[in-house]
Amino acid sequence: MSEDNSIQSLGDAFRGLSVVRLKRAVRLGIKSLWLHRLRSLLTMLGIVFGVCSVIAMLAIGEGASYEAQEQIKNLGSQNIILRSAKPPEEQKVSDKSSQGYVLQYGITYTDVKRIRATIPGVTIVMPTRNIREYVWNISRRVDCDIMGTVPWYPEMRNQRVIEGRFFTDNDMDARTSVCVLGAEMVPILFPVESPLGKQVRVGANYYTVIGIMEARATVANNDGGPDAAKPATHRMFIPLETARLRYGEVLMRRRAGSFEAERVQLHEITVKVESLDAVTGVAEAIKTLMERNHKKMDYEVVVPLELLKRAERTKQIFNIVLGSIAAISLLVGGIGIMNIMLASVTERTREIGIRRALGARRRDIIVQFLVETVILSGAGGILGVLLGVIIPFVVSHTAGMKTIITFWSPMLAFTISGLVGVIFGIYPAIRAAQMDPVEALRHE
Amino acid sequence: MPSPIVHFENVRKTYKMGMVTVEALRGVTFEIQAGEYISIMGPSGCGKSTMLNLLGCLDRPSAGHYRLGGEDVSQMNDDALSAVRGSRLGFVFQSYNLIQQLTVVENIEIPLYYQDRPEDQSRDMARRMAARVGLDQRLEHKPFELSGGQQQRVAIARALVNEPLVILADEPTGNLDSSSGTEIMKLFDELHAQGKTLILVTHDPSVGQRAHRTIRLRDGEIESDVRR
Ligand SMILES: Nc1ncnc2c1ncn2[C@@H]1O[C@H](COP(=O)(O)OP(=O)(O)OP(=O)(O)O)[C@@H](O)[C@H]1O
Ligand SMILES: [Mg+2]
Repeated sequence: MSEDNSIQSLGDAFRGLSVVRLKRAVRLGIKSLWLHRLRSLLTMLGIVFGVCSVIAMLAIGEGASYEAQEQIKNLGSQNIILRSAKPPEEQKVSDKSSQGYVLQYGITYTDVKRIRATIPGVTIVMPTRNIREYVWNISRRVDCDIMGTVPWYPEMRNQRVIEGRFFTDNDMDARTSVCVLGAEMVPILFPVESPLGKQVRVGANYYTVIGIMEARATVANNDGGPDAAKPATHRMFIPLETARLRYGEVLMRRRAGSFEAERVQLHEITVKVESLDAVTGVAEAIKTLMERNHKKMDYEVVVPLELLKRAERTKQIFNIVLGSIAAISLLVGGIGIMNIMLASVTERTREIGIRRALGARRRDIIVQFLVETVILSGAGGILGVLLGVIIPFVVSHTAGMKTIITFWSPMLAFTISGLVGVIFGIYPAIRAAQMDPVEALRHE
Repeated sequence: MPSPIVHFENVRKTYKMGMVTVEALRGVTFEIQAGEYISIMGPSGCGKSTMLNLLGCLDRPSAGHYRLGGEDVSQMNDDALSAVRGSRLGFVFQSYNLIQQLTVVENIEIPLYYQDRPEDQSRDMARRMAARVGLDQRLEHKPFELSGGQQQRVAIARALVNEPLVILADEPTGNLDSSSGTEIMKLFDELHAQGKTLILVTHDPSVGQRAHRTIRLRDGEIESDVRR
């Protein structure tokens, strides 16, 4: 006290805001907010919903784009995929005409040779042949795409053989009857025992199971093409040469009582480009080459890298849209807070006057009200983050959608809500601090 | 003779209201020594509250000088005035001016709060002040649970807690019935006996007469300054 009595030492008290005062201000703020619990809660809601919707939407968006990217990555970003496609006009013909007509289209072995020979920067060309058939284990069966392919398929498609092994060059050369099952079909065909070493039947042929391929990333929507086309959820891999031997070039399809014959040499070839930078150039070269040699559009070229880029662009746009929605909702929330704080300042004019008379500086009043707004918006932020974490969790469990909560999105949302508190709290706080103590004390 | 605690030197206060200027104080000069008990009286509108606001550093004079404890406070900035109010002045208002959501002891603590006292220390001091005004059984009550007289005693405890140089009271009994008014006045007498410097504004002659010196104002000027 004695030191307080010398006015010189008063100067020391003006410096900065002490931690003690700030701590007390926080406690005071919580207390006065608690006094008007319902009002505080309602005021917070704007921020709660703003923050929660940002996090939830980002998580859902992130999950969706992650899935899309995983699918594309499964195709391999260094790959270019050519798929045989039934040309549109032939489709009409084949619909009307009946037996005896053999539809011939698609990618040929010659195409593979040409690409190998003329296009530089291409390391591996992987041809694939698909046959749609039932695969049987005694009385159990699945509708399946039987894919005749080459031993390096798993490597090129970033897919793992989770049990057993994939077939080798020896299997190719010897045209052995071995197969690798997609993991999806294993529980259907072999509900109890391990399929390894067992035999499955396709038509009149038996294949020994030597491996199991990991399940594909769930395919939400695919854009057609034999590999993903027709809802072929199940896949079985056999050596390409074995497929050629067993099925020849002509495929018969039973359709609505009549047979439909197609001659397709290869359903798909995957071209691996040496470097990522060369992908676009090689894709162009392949397109030109194919255009020159195919009169009909009986193939399509898929460049996963371009898909990936497109997906990233889509995601960016999505994020911008989300960002704007978030900004608007936080703005609305902030205005709500400001509105209430202005009312609260008016309501507490007398209290402000009393505090000023008892030694509160303008700064102390500003801090008092600012702390209240920051607590409001901060608590709103925390609630919003909690809700925003719970909602994606619930969504992914009920709707089966993948959601990803990135580490930064709650941080960002929380920081922004704090900032909103400061920005929208500063004006009411200054209004409170600018009041003349005499008039504030007279206020009814 | 010791230097005066309060020194008003030709203090003026004018309010400008659009075209009209109101001269609430027109050059007031007086001194107050430590331990004096002063009442300020006069008809309505003569400038009593204006003078008390100036004495309380809630407002600055338009002209003239005000020395409090030897320091000229008439030209201090807002922060400095806040510090002066918090450390050297105690206020008692007609309408008690307690903060409704705070308890008795919390209300008494407020001036210490802005002096950055350690919490346990200020809680202690607040308790002691409550005891001094006879409210040690009501520490955790809210103001609306107390009678007017009790509320005013809380306000007095709050005015005392920072051991001010001067205690200022504007119509402290104005809202009270005569018996609780008398109790409050007894409390002021006690404080005076303990050597506190008291300045109180009142309309009530019976209240004014308890002081040992009465300053009468009329139209913003000192009409008389009588010691008993
Ligand atoms: N903020 C203000 N703006 C303009 N004029 C004011 C203001 N405050 C006081 N006045 C004027 O100054 C004069 C003195 O007012 P003051 O409140 O000091 O009187 P008072 O002696 O306290 O009266 P009462 O006994 O009725 O409380 C009055 O004429 C009043 O109208
Ligand atoms: Mg008055």
